Amino acid sequence: MSTFTLGGIHPPEHKDLACGAAIEVCKPPQRAVIPLSQHIGAPCKSLVEVGQRVVAGQLIGNPEGFVSAPVHSSIAGKVTSIEAFPAPIGRMVPCVVIENDKSDEWVALEDDPGYMEREADVLKGRIKAAGIVGMGGATFPTVVKLSPPKEKKIDAIIINGAECEPYLTSDHRVMLESPKEVVEGLKILMKVLGLDRGYIGIEENKQDAIAKIKEAASNYKNIEVWTLVTKYPQGAEKMLIKSILNREVPAGGLPMDVGVVVQNVGTAYAIYEACRLGKPLMERVVSVTGPGVVSPKNLRARIGTPVSQLIETCGGLKGGAVKVISGGPMMGFAIYDLDTPVTKGTSGIVAMEDKDIVHRTKFNHCIRCGRCVEACPMGLMPLMLSVYSEKGLYADAKDYQLFDCFECGSCTYVCPSKRPIVQQIRLAKTMVKPG
Amino acid sequence: MEINKQQGLIVSVSPHISSEETVPRIMWTVSISLLPALVMGIYYFGPKALYVTALCIIGSLLSEWFVQKVAGKEITLADGSAFLTGLLLGLNMPSTVPFYIPLVAAFVSVGITKQLFGGLGYNIFNPALIGRAFALITWTRAMTTWSVPDAAFLTVNAKTTATPLGILKEEGMGKLIEVFGDKLSLYKELLVGHRPGSLGETSMIAILIGAAFLVYRRYISLRIPLSFLATVALGVWIFGGKEGLFTGDPIVHLLSGGLMLGAFYMATDYVTCPTVSRGQILFGIGCGFLTILIRLKAGYPEGVMFAILIMNCFAPLIDRNFRTSVFGAKKAKK
Repeated sequence: MSTFTLGGIHPPEHKDLACGAAIEVCKPPQRAVIPLSQHIGAPCKSLVEVGQRVVAGQLIGNPEGFVSAPVHSSIAGKVTSIEAFPAPIGRMVPCVVIENDKSDEWVALEDDPGYMEREADVLKGRIKAAGIVGMGGATFPTVVKLSPPKEKKIDAIIINGAECEPYLTSDHRVMLESPKEVVEGLKILMKVLGLDRGYIGIEENKQDAIAKIKEAASNYKNIEVWTLVTKYPQGAEKMLIKSILNREVPAGGLPMDVGVVVQNVGTAYAIYEACRLGKPLMERVVSVTGPGVVSPKNLRARIGTPVSQLIETCGGLKGGAVKVISGGPMMGFAIYDLDTPVTKGTSGIVAMEDKDIVHRTKFNHCIRCGRCVEACPMGLMPLMLSVYSEKGLYADAKDYQLFDCFECGSCTYVCPSKRPIVQQIRLAKTMVKPG
Repeated sequence: MEINKQQGLIVSVSPHISSEETVPRIMWTVSISLLPALVMGIYYFGPKALYVTALCIIGSLLSEWFVQKVAGKEITLADGSAFLTGLLLGLNMPSTVPFYIPLVAAFVSVGITKQLFGGLGYNIFNPALIGRAFALITWTRAMTTWSVPDAAFLTVNAKTTATPLGILKEEGMGKLIEVFGDKLSLYKELLVGHRPGSLGETSMIAILIGAAFLVYRRYISLRIPLSFLATVALGVWIFGGKEGLFTGDPIVHLLSGGLMLGAFYMATDYVTCPTVSRGQILFGIGCGFLTILIRLKAGYPEGVMFAILIMNCFAPLIDRNFRTSVFGAKKAKK
C-alpha cells in the first residue's frame, strides 16, 4: 500500500454514517438557483432573460475567457430573475433563478455508443460543452487541464478516488454503483490526452469500491488500481501524485509540471455522461451527512437545488445542529444560509452539532510541540508561519515558504493550543505578494 | 429548518474539526507518567521525598498564581504546566534539603524563568532546571548532601554519602565497584535505583516505564533521548577510561546521575527544544557532548543539567538553520 511521505493526519472518519446508503434521486427543486460562476476562473455571461422558458440541460451561461466553463439549466421552467445569491464559498454571485414548471422537459440527448471511436478533439469538445469542472471541490475547468501548453508533456492520468475528507461518501458511492462508467471516463481521458496508462487511487477504507473498480478495470491491462493508506490529505493532487507515481510537483508548480493530470471520480463519471450521452453537468451526487442530519444519505441532486431541500430529503436537521458545511469538515465552507444552492463543486453537505466542531475565539501560546511540523504534508513549519502572522511579520512568514501551503488544515487540526494556524496563514497570504 | 432560521448557523473558516489533544491533557499526562519515578523516590528515600516534591509543586503553583495576578494576566493553573514543572523540580532535588530551598527554587523556576519571560511557550530555558541550577549554586552544600537509600521507610536517616558519579570522579571505578560489591551488583543497583541521588532520578526502570508510555502516546519522540544517550555512551567509552582510549564504562554513566530523567523528560521539553527532527538530533548530540565534557573534565560530577540549559540557548538557532525539507523544493546543488 502506498502513501505520501511527509506529514498527514488521521481524523475520525465517520464515513459509516452515509457510506451504506445507496444513491437516491433528489426531487428536482421547485425553484433552482443556478450560479453563473461555479468554477475557478471567469464567470459566465447569462444567455437568458427574465420570463424566458428554458428546459433541463439548456445552455444558460456562456463562458467568458479560457479558464471558465459553461453553465446549464438543471430543470425546465421559466426564468424568474437573475440576481445575486450566496454561493457556498460565502460570496454573493449572480445566479439565474428558474421556477420549475414540472414538465421535466430536457434538451435532446443523443446516445453515441461508438464514442470511443471519436477523435480526441471531438471528445474534448463534448467535455468542454458539458461545462465539466473538477467535482472534488476545487472546480477547476476540466478542459483546461486537458489542454496543457505544448512544452508540458503529459504522461500519466490519475483518477482521484481517495475521498480523504471525513464524513464524505459521494465518490465512494459513485465508484461502488457506477464502476464501469468511472473506468470509461478514465479511458476517455486517456484518449483525449493520448496516454496509454491510467491510474485510479482509492483509500483502503473503501475496500468494496476498490473491488468493484478493480473488476471494472480488469479488461484493461493499462489501468492500474492503487490502494492507498487512509491518511488525510491523500486526495490532494500533490499528495496523490507522490503516493502513486512518487513524483514531487515542484514548489509553486502544477501537476502538469511533472506530466500528470488528476481528475476526481465524480468528474470521470460526468465525462463519461458527456461523451456518451452529450449530457451537460447539471446534476451531481452529494453526501448529506454528519451527526446533525436525521438520516444521512447520498443524493443525486440537480445543480441549483437549495441545501435546505437536500436536508429535508434526509429527514431534516437534528435540534442540536449548529453548523452546516458545504464540503468536508477539513476544507469545506460553513454556509450561513440554507437557501445556498448545490453547485458543481458541492461534494457534500455536513451538518455538525456543537460538540463536533471548533469555533473558538480564544487560543493559547504556541508551546512549540512540533505536532504541526509533523502533520504538514508540504514539510513546512506551520508554527513559525502562525507566530509571524500573529505578530504581523508577514514578510518573515513568506521566508518560511508561506505560499507552498495549500491550506489543508492538518496543522490546525493537531494543534494542542488550538491556534488558528491555517487561518493565520491565509491572512498572511493576503498581506504579502507571492513570488 | 425553522429552528436554525431563528438561532442562525455558526460560520467560521475551515478546518471545522480539531483533535482531542490539548495543552492541559499533555501536561497532566506527562505528570502522571512521572508517578512511577516519584513512587520509587518515596520508597528509597522515605516520606521526606514526598514532602520535598510537594513543596516544589506548591511553590510552583503559588509562583504562577502570584506573577499572573500581579501582571494582570489570566490565571492558568489548570493547564497543568506549573504542576509539571514543580513535580520535575521535586524529582531533581535531594530528599534532605530544608523546606525553603524547594520553595525558592520553585519561584525561580516558574515565577522568573517561565512567567517573567512571557509564560508558557515563551521561556528560553527549561524552568525546572533553572530552579535546580539556582539552588545548586546558592546552596551547594545542601544540594549535594545525599542520604543513603535504605528503603527504611520511617527511619530518619542522617547517614549521608556521595553519589556513584561523585565516587567515580573522586576515587575512580575501582572504588565504585568496591562500594557496591562487584560489577554486576553495581549495574543491578543502578538499574533499580538503589543508590544515593536526587529523589526521582535514581530508578531507571521507573523512569523508562514513564518514558515508554509517553513514546507510545507519541507525546515525545525518541530523537532527542536516543541521540543524547548514544553520544554519552560513545563519548564515555572512548574517553572515559583511566587506562586509555576505548576503556570507559558507558553503562555506569548511562545509569547514573540525572541522565535518564534529563534525556527523556528535560531535554524533550517542547518549549525549549528544537521542533524539526534533524535539529532535534543535533540538540541531543550537543546535550550528550556537553554532559560528558562536564562529567569527565569539569569540576562537577554531574553535567546533565548544565548541558541541557546550554543547549536550550541554541534551540532557536538550530530551528532557524535546520529547517524542514519542503515538498517539491529544488534540491540544493552540490
